[in-house]
Amino acid sequence: MNPNHASLQPQDLERFAAVQRLAYRCAETVAAELQPGMTERDAAARMQAFFDAEGVDDCFHRPFAWFGDRTAFRGLIGVRALGGFNPAFYPGLRRLETGMPFILDCAPSVRGYTADIGYCGVLGENRLLDKLMDDLLEYRMLIVSMAKQRRPLAEISRAVDRLCARHGYEPRHKAYPFETLAHRVETLQDDGKARHHSVARFGLRNVTELARDAFKGRREGWSPIWNSGARSEHPPTPGLWAVEPHLGFRGVGAKWEELLVVTEDDAFWLDDDVPHVRRWQQRGLWPATPADTNRKAA
Amino acid sequence: MNDMSRIPSDGVELAIRQWGEQNTVTVLLVHGYPDCSHVWDAVAEQLSADFHVVAYDVRGAGASSAPRAVADYGLDHLVTDMAAVIDTVSPGKPVHLVGHDWGSIQSWEAVTTDRLRGRIASYTTISGPCLDHAGYWILNRLRSAAPAELAQLLRQTMHSWYIGAFQLPGAAPTLWKLGLDQLWPKMLAQLEGIHADANPTQTRDGVNGIKLYRANMRQRLFHPSERRTDVPVQLIVPTQDRFVTTDVLDELPNWVERLWRFDVAAGHWLQLSHPDWTAQRIRDFVRFIESGDESPRLQRARVRGPRKQDSGKLVLVTGAGSGIGREMLLAFAERGADVVAVDINAEAAERSAELARLLDARAFAYTVDVGDAAAMETLAGEIAQNLGVPDIVINNAGIGMAGAFLDTSVQDWQQLLHVNLWGVIHGSRLFAQQMVDRGNGGVIVNVASGLAYTPTRALPAYATSKAAVRMLSDCLRAELHDARVRVVSVCPGIIDTGITDAVRFVGTDAAEQDRRRARAKALYQRRNLKPQAVARAVLDAIDHQRDEVAVGVEAKVGRWMSRLLPGALQRLARLDVAH
Repeated sequence: MNPNHASLQPQDLERFAAVQRLAYRCAETVAAELQPGMTERDAAARMQAFFDAEGVDDCFHRPFAWFGDRTAFRGLIGVRALGGFNPAFYPGLRRLETGMPFILDCAPSVRGYTADIGYCGVLGENRLLDKLMDDLLEYRMLIVSMAKQRRPLAEISRAVDRLCARHGYEPRHKAYPFETLAHRVETLQDDGKARHHSVARFGLRNVTELARDAFKGRREGWSPIWNSGARSEHPPTPGLWAVEPHLGFRGVGAKWEELLVVTEDDAFWLDDDVPHVRRWQQRGLWPATPADTNRKAA
Repeated sequence: MNDMSRIPSDGVELAIRQWGEQNTVTVLLVHGYPDCSHVWDAVAEQLSADFHVVAYDVRGAGASSAPRAVADYGLDHLVTDMAAVIDTVSPGKPVHLVGHDWGSIQSWEAVTTDRLRGRIASYTTISGPCLDHAGYWILNRLRSAAPAELAQLLRQTMHSWYIGAFQLPGAAPTLWKLGLDQLWPKMLAQLEGIHADANPTQTRDGVNGIKLYRANMRQRLFHPSERRTDVPVQLIVPTQDRFVTTDVLDELPNWVERLWRFDVAAGHWLQLSHPDWTAQRIRDFVRFIESGDESPRLQRARVRGPRKQDSGKLVLVTGAGSGIGREMLLAFAERGADVVAVDINAEAAERSAELARLLDARAFAYTVDVGDAAAMETLAGEIAQNLGVPDIVINNAGIGMAGAFLDTSVQDWQQLLHVNLWGVIHGSRLFAQQMVDRGNGGVIVNVASGLAYTPTRALPAYATSKAAVRMLSDCLRAELHDARVRVVSVCPGIIDTGITDAVRFVGTDAAEQDRRRARAKALYQRRNLKPQAVARAVLDAIDHQRDEVAVGVEAKVGRWMSRLLPGALQRLARLDVAH
């Protein structure tokens, strides 16, 4: 059976949420261990070691880490030639300093269920990063409320672009391959193996699913890549979407990434218990009654 | 009114002159080399309306007596003299000290040593750095040995050639005696544009003052000691000073706790070339120290962090709520300026100001329709009142309009010209007047367009409005030249901003307009020229004294074609690119 055709059951969502929590636990654990002088590669290796110890058997992509102005995709990393496939994307030798923002991005798969998360922070304090992280709340509310209304994905993406312009931020997710605001995540078959292949740090099975979706979508008029382009001019397709708005202002970038669940008539975040939401709650930014962003009552 | 009196001090007799009411706050003026206390006459007259003003001839100068030995000109003796003067003219209250050139050098000694602790309420320093600070500055550069720092050192040395020359036995005194004293007023007029009366004691001032250099320079510059002060210091920097470069002063925050800084485009003898301005700065500062009421200008002049290129400047940008305007606002904020975001959209203006604050700038937001004459007058008045006269005004607010001339209604024209032309006229008119009245120059930047060069049937109204802005700027530049107010016109090409979301396509229905907007947006996005490019070009034009900048290859080509191939441009204008 092709898992693409299987509609998601509550137990599937529970498994996806468990992997997403594992991924965030990894990011929070490694973030707490970061020290001045560590390189992006050190951070990425620690994340991978965490996953190896936790029984992660595959990935969408191996862990990424960006430090300093690389969080805003400044310099080589921002080159968009070749559709955004740019080796500068990979963890490099940039060393962490006090006051420097960082982003940890990882996408583990466990027994066929995949998460893809983004986590940002700073060693010490950074006012710009605080502001970006505060403002990221608006993007989370905007995206889910428009997805609930089943607005075309390209229209939602353009609304995100406009919100960026209003805020004065650069939409840095446009430096990702295919200017991706979000991409689909599919359920893989659980073959029981402890290891799976990856190519150029991307998990072969997950990328194959994405390619299969792209192929199928081309015939059916939808795209597994969600951006502002014409190919995303369709209502949200049911399934899971890893949404990753990434903002940049001067030399500082910030993002979150989490799974959005789309059904035939609804859309909702897989899990509200994620670090950035807890941060907004702590800072008093989280609305007391979040309007039209919750899951519809069953 | 200035009675001269004499007092004894440390083996010499000092001549003191006083103006104004004795029972008010005392301002003490200390002259430099090769001057005497008369150099302060114009400033003293002005200040005498508000304060008790005192100027004295430093030992060796003017009507004071002159010890023979070089050692008697050491800074410790000069501070002893200053203490004698202060004890005589203001025995009960601390004085506000103002020093120029060597008068400033010895005042640094006074505010950083114990002899006059508690006797000096504030200090205004003009063109005379602390020698010990300069010594540390030199040492730091020699130690770092970085090419840029050594270049700074070399530049300062070139400006200080005379200090070395003064160490040569006989040379400088002989020059003064051979007739330099007669030539001096002419040299001041030639080099500095200052018309000063011949000073009867010029030869004596010139010859004796050499001993100041000989007694102090070598020891202080090469064996400096750490000198700090908690006295509030107002630093006034004439940026065209031939004798003192400003690099040394950038390290002043390391030594001074409370520091305010004003840069002024003037030469070395500021109190002769700009007496009104100098008196105003002293008056403001003294009043602030006495009352605690910090004027907006002083708030802006307060040194808060490391010095940046535009620290202390006030920059106003219209249409600052988005696109090119917001980028320019942020670019100046990053260079340390205080910025004013003006926009018709209050929320957008406030957001831009908020972003500027994140870049550590002081930022203010105002909501105004730039085409509304009365509203703009109110704005200009409020800015002058609350923040002072802007140093740079950027008339950027503009709207887009496309479509055939015959489809453009009178209302369309009025709407477009209201913003694109009247906005620039009001902004230029009101703020140029403020800049001229202030007398310290300024810059007006008017944002035109690459279409100011290139006629087109696609955007006749817009291109016309922008060509008018360019011509207005050219005329204004000529008129304001003598007032040292520069006018820069900026002609951007296809810049990817929100202007395409709001551009009005005349002669179309709503659906067609949406379609064309989307097409225009797609074209602008493909061109991918960002507002940051315009901001960079404007900074570049301001830094390098350019009158006009075209941004983007399409604007540059248009500019050259308008000069070399106007006929071809006219034929190209027939293409309707907006369809």
